Amino acid sequence: MTLLVTTLTFAQNKNAKATIEVDGVCGMCKERIEKAAIRTKGVKSAVWSIDTHELKLIFDERKTDLKTISKKVASVGHDTKEVKATEEQYNTVHPCCRYRDEDVKDDHKPKAEKH
Amino acid sequence: MFLSLIATAQEQLKGIVLESSTGQSMPLPGANVYWSGSSIGTISQDDGTFLLPYKFSYNQLVISYVGFKTDTITVNENTYIKHVMQTSDELDAVEIKSRNQATRKSYMQAANTFTVTSAELLKAACCNLAESFETNPSIDVNFTDAVSGTKQIKMLGLNSPYILIATENIPTIRGASQAYGLSFIPGTWVESIQITKGTGSVVNGFESIAGQINAELVKPSTDNKLFVNLYGASNERLELNTHFNTKVSNKWSTGLYVHGNTHQEKHDVNDDGFLDMPLYNQINLMNRWQYTNLEKGLVSFINLRYLNDEKQGGQVEFKPDIDRGTTNFWGSEIDTERFEVSTKFGYVNPEIPYQSIGLQTAFSHHKQDSYFGLNVYDIQHNSFYSNLVYNTIISDSRHKVKTGLSFTYDHYDELVNTQNYERTENSVGAFFEYAYDNLDKLTITAGLRVDQHNRLGFFVTPRFHLRYTPWEKSALRFSIGRGKRSANIFAENQNMFSSSRQINILNSGGKVYGLNPEIAWNYGVSYLQGFNLFNRKADVTFDFYRTDFQNQVVVDWENPYEVNFYNLEGDSYANSFQFEFNYNAFEGFDLRTAYKYYDIKTDYNSGMLEKPLIPKHRLFANASYETNLSDKGSQWKFDATYNWVSQQRFPSTELSAAEYQLDDETPTVATLNLQLTKVFSPKFEVYLGGENITNVRQDNPVVSADNPFGSNFDSNFVYGPIYGSMYYAGLRFRIK
Repeated sequence: MTLLVTTLTFAQNKNAKATIEVDGVCGMCKERIEKAAIRTKGVKSAVWSIDTHELKLIFDERKTDLKTISKKVASVGHDTKEVKATEEQYNTVHPCCRYRDEDVKDDHKPKAEKH
Repeated sequence: MFLSLIATAQEQLKGIVLESSTGQSMPLPGANVYWSGSSIGTISQDDGTFLLPYKFSYNQLVISYVGFKTDTITVNENTYIKHVMQTSDELDAVEIKSRNQATRKSYMQAANTFTVTSAELLKAACCNLAESFETNPSIDVNFTDAVSGTKQIKMLGLNSPYILIATENIPTIRGASQAYGLSFIPGTWVESIQITKGTGSVVNGFESIAGQINAELVKPSTDNKLFVNLYGASNERLELNTHFNTKVSNKWSTGLYVHGNTHQEKHDVNDDGFLDMPLYNQINLMNRWQYTNLEKGLVSFINLRYLNDEKQGGQVEFKPDIDRGTTNFWGSEIDTERFEVSTKFGYVNPEIPYQSIGLQTAFSHHKQDSYFGLNVYDIQHNSFYSNLVYNTIISDSRHKVKTGLSFTYDHYDELVNTQNYERTENSVGAFFEYAYDNLDKLTITAGLRVDQHNRLGFFVTPRFHLRYTPWEKSALRFSIGRGKRSANIFAENQNMFSSSRQINILNSGGKVYGLNPEIAWNYGVSYLQGFNLFNRKADVTFDFYRTDFQNQVVVDWENPYEVNFYNLEGDSYANSFQFEFNYNAFEGFDLRTAYKYYDIKTDYNSGMLEKPLIPKHRLFANASYETNLSDKGSQWKFDATYNWVSQQRFPSTELSAAEYQLDDETPTVATLNLQLTKVFSPKFEVYLGGENITNVRQDNPVVSADNPFGSNFDSNFVYGPIYGSMYYAGLRFRIK
């Protein structure tokens, strides 16, 4: 383990992969989250899943880190595990994307509950 | 490494589901428990307990069970959940329906591309790729002549040789298969079609000028296990399609696709002594092998195809074994045999998903033996195609790059009456395409390829596409590009053999039949706007395209006794304007209407003229309605397609004797097709339809039909349906 961590610290990876949790509800959120992530310098690829709320990242560790990316994502209004969006940032998202709101969540839950 | 540790050490949420229908709380096993808006869920155990991954970003836990009210609980921290379900009085099943448009236009892509899905393909039940465009306003389908019954497509007013037609991105309908190739791809084999107006991408070659059409075929891993389609029409045309797909192992699947069609009844509705449509038999087989290994990022396809097609046309009395080569009766036979092997290999780096590499190869052998009255035409075409494509990004995924190499080889061996033509064409090319997407309003695709071709020389093919979204639900597009090709004058104009015209090539010294390669620039603008009309979705599209030929092999029909081929001197252009309006007027009802205007002129030796047999104006409407899908999956579908074309110019007949002279222009033609489909279940459906139900007919499609060996005989003045109305019925049966 020590060895691995050392590798991570000293030989910074050009194509580092990571997955972080980001809160959101819909396709519009997906676009917003991915855009914010990809526009962070050093991020090469960012794919967010509506189902799992996971943001899959590939980035250049020499240019950025997860904290920076999380901040950037939070700045467009989406909570990440590490960094939460401020009330002001959160309010910039489209009303139908207000993922902290119960009604909005209800609207986005799958309706196909046939038994 | 670090991160995967976090991922595996997942937090779990624990809880229990109870119910109280008996007055006391009892564990409820089998209840659905899941995070709202996710696919993460579980079922409660026999003792009512459950365990499921916890994430801070989920805080709505849904618990449901038949006969109980569905509850949503807010979970703000990872604590033990104890929930008692209440019985519900009614069972309400809410279904969510997503409506897919049968033809999808993209608001995002740089090129003006639309996708025709399998739902749209079912609207015209019959039968091959040529006919599947009949419900599409961007593509015109018409007969080439009165003998072969072949349908040809046009885009932006230009014939199919100017369109790059590919199956799974391998150019297939070219060379010897240009004239009849579309009828060699059965409709049921097609999964979807992508149509790009304008020059398209540089990745698939330099030949496309007016557009690109790509047919994606059904795939063994996703197609039905068993599919049977039977079709029969009032003119005694019969077709059978069967698909068998099976999984051979974890990674390999295979599919066998069998198509046969036959038409053996002689019809002569207009009483001119000529068959209204040829007699034919076709056997068409395909075997596909698909390999998928997602962990390693490998995908591969191997396809084997065999085709045998026989057509007989001409006078009703004509008997091939007795009358061939004589002037007893005029007749024609076209026999085609074709083999094809193609492979596709793709690798996506599982670590870096934006890096991938693909290699495609295709080999085909095409042999056509035919005669048209006393004209003989044989062609053999062996073709090899390979294309290597590497995909990656520059700095981040907004900047995508495709680059690669291609190699093609074509060998043609033709016999035109007594004259032999043999030639080899080969080319080596490299391409680079850059795509920029700012994830918002702008996408750009800029491509460049350089090719070294043994007959076309060394040349550069630039192509550029841009999409800009000025405001919501809109897309403004611009494209420009160049295309270059060698014209296969005989294969592409085989209809000329069904006439007494003398064939002349007026130039010499060029590299292909003495003629120069065709070069054209294509420019286009289009504007798509989506909006709501009375709260229902609607969209309009305007587009304008212009093709300017620097050189063209002019096909000149203006002398009724000759068809002349020569290099363009002067101008040749095709302007095409299209307006389209689509409206989902009420649930299940879609309306598509279009107006098209063509202005296509060429400098002929006899002066600048409009291209013959192309209407200036065209109206198109398609209405489709489908009822709601019932619980059992049954449904009705109705479909109507209306087409109107304005007058078309006949090639000049001034030099003919008075009795063989035609008017300057054709009359207008309007046709109506109807189709009704009853879906009984996802497994079984039947359909019934009528083509040209108003029974519109061109009365004298063959000039000098009573004297087919006379100097005025010509079957090329076709502008409308020959047979009149036709009714058909069919069924589809599938097992998933």
